[in-house]
Amino acid sequence: MGEAATVILPKQSVFLSKVMDMLPEGGHLSMCLTCGLCASGCPASGLHDMDPRKFLRLCALGQDEMVLSSPWVWMCTMCQRCVYACPMAIDIPRLIYEARAAWPREDRPKGILGSCDQALKNESNSAMGARSEDFVFVAGDILEEVKEAQPAWEDMQVSFNRPGAEYFLNQNSREPVTEPDEMVPLWKILHTVGCDWTYGTIGWAAENYCMFLADDAAWETIVRNKVKAVEDLGCRYWLNTE
Amino acid sequence: MYAVRAGLQKFKITPKFEIESIIRLYARWIREGRLKVSSDWNRELGVTFTVQDPCQLVRKTYGDPVAEDLRFVVKSVVGEEHFIEMYPNKSNNYCCGGGGGYLQSGYTEERRAYGDRKLRQIVETGADYCIAPCHNCHSQIHDLSEHSGKHFPVVHLWTLICLSMGCLGENERSYLGEDLASVGL
Ligand code: SF4
Ligand code: SF4
Repeated sequence: MGEAATVILPKQSVFLSKVMDMLPEGGHLSMCLTCGLCASGCPASGLHDMDPRKFLRLCALGQDEMVLSSPWVWMCTMCQRCVYACPMAIDIPRLIYEARAAWPREDRPKGILGSCDQALKNESNSAMGARSEDFVFVAGDILEEVKEAQPAWEDMQVSFNRPGAEYFLNQNSREPVTEPDEMVPLWKILHTVGCDWTYGTIGWAAENYCMFLADDAAWETIVRNKVKAVEDLGCRYWLNTE
Repeated sequence: MYAVRAGLQKFKITPKFEIESIIRLYARWIREGRLKVSSDWNRELGVTFTVQDPCQLVRKTYGDPVAEDLRFVVKSVVGEEHFIEMYPNKSNNYCCGGGGGYLQSGYTEERRAYGDRKLRQIVETGADYCIAPCHNCHSQIHDLSEHSGKHFPVVHLWTLICLSMGCLGENERSYLGEDLASVGL
């Protein structure tokens, strides 16, 4: 494909062996047929002269330095389309995740790092740093406006931390922070069907950048905070807006 | 949702609750007749829609059954004849490029290059609107639409559901195009 040949001396990959040890059946990482199905269906193919097959080949040939320094790991969305297309179900995104995790934390993209750190700082787990009291205030404010302007919705309710509600609804913090009116259609739908739902003031923010940052410890902290929030209220379902 | 579901597995946590997606509930509520949507509003207008299958929801979580639920909801709301598929779709769909932290990563040019495949896929349907039932998808596809100068509106599903029930308020229409800005008001 008009690409200059790169001379590569095959080596044993420390990185690849490490990832294979973590996965059941080694994530099939050594079973690649080099068919290229992954690469042809990957929207990140070609960015920074990389694609999933090439990434895996470089790992297999022990080019750890190249693989672990390539910014391409931040351009794969870990969408798993390659796994779905691959005849051997090879888990390339898991490889990408571990490659991200191998970057020194402070060298990872600032935006993702900052979003994860914000989430850790706040009981809301909001990547935008939204505070729970602001969420409660904004929701109440918007609800009042709706009731005033649209009297048909006078009975509509929005509760926080209501124990025993069937559904604990989480909300992307983009809504309360930048476009609170977007919450209203959802409330109307829930009200119409008589859904028994509540918001919480703990762990309500739906986004999670710590996973994308490949920071296991932070990711686990956030997941546990969210789980506890739902369990403390005794809700039966943890409901996502998507 | 995926981050929590995958996290539960990874960190070996067994929660005392179940994880649910609003998309599946929309479909159930419409089937049960609790959500009385209708596509009558679009019979004359004939506005066409395509839909993005979010990777996190479809390929990575519930697979094709939830993609079918999504289509059932969309068709109920806009009319079957006004829905256009993109190809490939469902579990085989292309990621839009809004996932993986891309929107915050600072790699803006790369993110848009990644999204180009999605943009072409949407444009090829010829649909007037793209429905993006996930936040990251919504932000990304909205950006792709604006940045490319195509300016097709990108909407949340809840907007259309309320529109179809005739209860979408005046302030709840930021993402509708001019053609639908006052429908049902
Ligand atoms: S699709 Fe699978 S087998 Fe084919 S090149 Fe990619 S990783 Fe290898
Ligand atoms: S997970 Fe990464 S490598 Fe695989 S198809 Fe998606 S973007 Fe490409």
